[in-house]
Amino acid sequence: MAQTSAKPAYNKESSEDSVVGSMETVLKPPTPSGSQTVLESPLRMQIRDLNFYYGKLHALHAINLQVAANRVTALIGPSGCGKSTLIRTFNRMYETVRGTRLEGEILLDGENIFAQDVTGLRRRIGMVFQRPNPFPKSIFENVAYGLRINGLPAASHGHLSEAVEHSLRRAALWDEVKDQLHKSAYALSGGQQQRLCIARALAVDPEVLLMDEPCSALDPIATLRIEELIDELKQRVTIVIVTHNMQQAARVSDATAFLLNGDLIEFRPTPQLFTTPSDPRTEAYITGRFG
Amino acid sequence: MSLRMLWRKSVNIIMLSLTGLCALVAVSVLFFILGYLVYHGGRDVNWDFFTKLPKPVGETGGGMANAIVGSGKLLFLAALFGVPVGLLGGVYLAEFGGHAVPFVVRYTADLLNGVPSIVIGIFAYALVVMPVHHFSTLAGGFALGAMMIPIVLRSTEEFLHAVPRSMREGAMALGASKWRTISSVVLPAASRGILTAALLALARVAGETAPLLFTAFGNRFWSPGWGQPISSLPVMIYTYAVGPYEDWHRQAWAAGLVLLGLVLVTNIVVRTLLSRGTSPQRL
Repeated sequence: MAQTSAKPAYNKESSEDSVVGSMETVLKPPTPSGSQTVLESPLRMQIRDLNFYYGKLHALHAINLQVAANRVTALIGPSGCGKSTLIRTFNRMYETVRGTRLEGEILLDGENIFAQDVTGLRRRIGMVFQRPNPFPKSIFENVAYGLRINGLPAASHGHLSEAVEHSLRRAALWDEVKDQLHKSAYALSGGQQQRLCIARALAVDPEVLLMDEPCSALDPIATLRIEELIDELKQRVTIVIVTHNMQQAARVSDATAFLLNGDLIEFRPTPQLFTTPSDPRTEAYITGRFG
Repeated sequence: MSLRMLWRKSVNIIMLSLTGLCALVAVSVLFFILGYLVYHGGRDVNWDFFTKLPKPVGETGGGMANAIVGSGKLLFLAALFGVPVGLLGGVYLAEFGGHAVPFVVRYTADLLNGVPSIVIGIFAYALVVMPVHHFSTLAGGFALGAMMIPIVLRSTEEFLHAVPRSMREGAMALGASKWRTISSVVLPAASRGILTAALLALARVAGETAPLLFTAFGNRFWSPGWGQPISSLPVMIYTYAVGPYEDWHRQAWAAGLVLLGLVLVTNIVVRTLLSRGTSPQRL
């Protein structure tokens, strides 16, 4: 749970607004018709007036979004709508791309992520990518990597194998790999590799897990396993997932944001967004009229 | 119409056989050289050749033990100088540089690669030999190392570029700094390729004569330490081949055979390693 009330609220720019760092539970969607939205959970992340530019291209327009703690928030929309761009701002991964610029603020537990050390931030906000990207190391070393580079206590001798086992269990991969921990990660199937990447991200015990189309390179059975996993993980982690697949968003998420051409069109609890969309564009998209 | 077809068909056949013939010539040059060396020098590659010093002029027999060790020492120095500079320069090119600087470095490296080796020798002479007023192992190693830099640098850059971006992102998303990402994920992923390139560069400079003529110079005896002139296989071949004695000529052939053998073995071993390393299924 977000212990935001215990931390100093972020009030660098407007002290009036600083109360939102507390146990606020109301989501404020951009469209008035969706204002009934309530998720009974404190906020983990807040995105305020986020504008994003690739050079001169204005990719995201004034995005406002709240990510509830221990919930799954899905970002959907057609290709090129900016959903991957948006999720890559949450852990500042966009900074690795030249010529990008961001305006607005993103708060994690009420604290501005841009005022923090980026390596510490990325330890708290893990990420799983579109394609499984294990390192060319053993299964064990892949999971241990984050512990080692962050010099976490679990990396100390003796605790490491425990920590690795724990992470692999959380990612529902332990039983399949426990006898081959020192084999190459490339020996695993695509679905197993993706769960290994999830285990690798979980090893450093992040508060938020960002998943950028984690199933797009997987077959239906591997996809199902990841979706089941997401459901278990949200007990302890807040999850933001980008997906191309509306059925997937409907299955796994608690709240869904629909993006189109860099605008956040609608953001509501998932059942409502899919059954009674308030914006005609959302309805057109989820009924398959475009995208 | 049929005449035209006949013409087109015959052109096709002629060009096809011409390309095949040229391919055959290209391949057979190596085997011709190898066969020629074995024919002329095979008999003189014996135990004495590897263990004895050259005999004084006029006496027959003796070996080139000092030249074999000398080549080894020179290549060691060359690797010590050329590999780190090339490697780290390549890392800079692939990972850190902006737009203008890498272009200049890359262009300069390619030009350096094309500089005649004798010029590299003169450069090393002016830089290392002149200030201390005598030839030395150090100067020879420096000259060979300078020749290795562009090869190692460019291939390091290429192998680093071949490491997928997603792997870097995976490391950075876990909180790794840029250097940590490079040293713990990117370089290990490219290590086999880089090692291969370094060994091939070493094999390439192992046969260089010109840069050694006025840096390492040559020596008919053992050369202890790093500050004295030292013998090497390519320079011995040159000296013996232009000498007036029949015995020297035979030993030059033998030295050529040994040198070529060493380079070939290095190449084959390295390429076998590389072909195994290219499939990502293996660690």
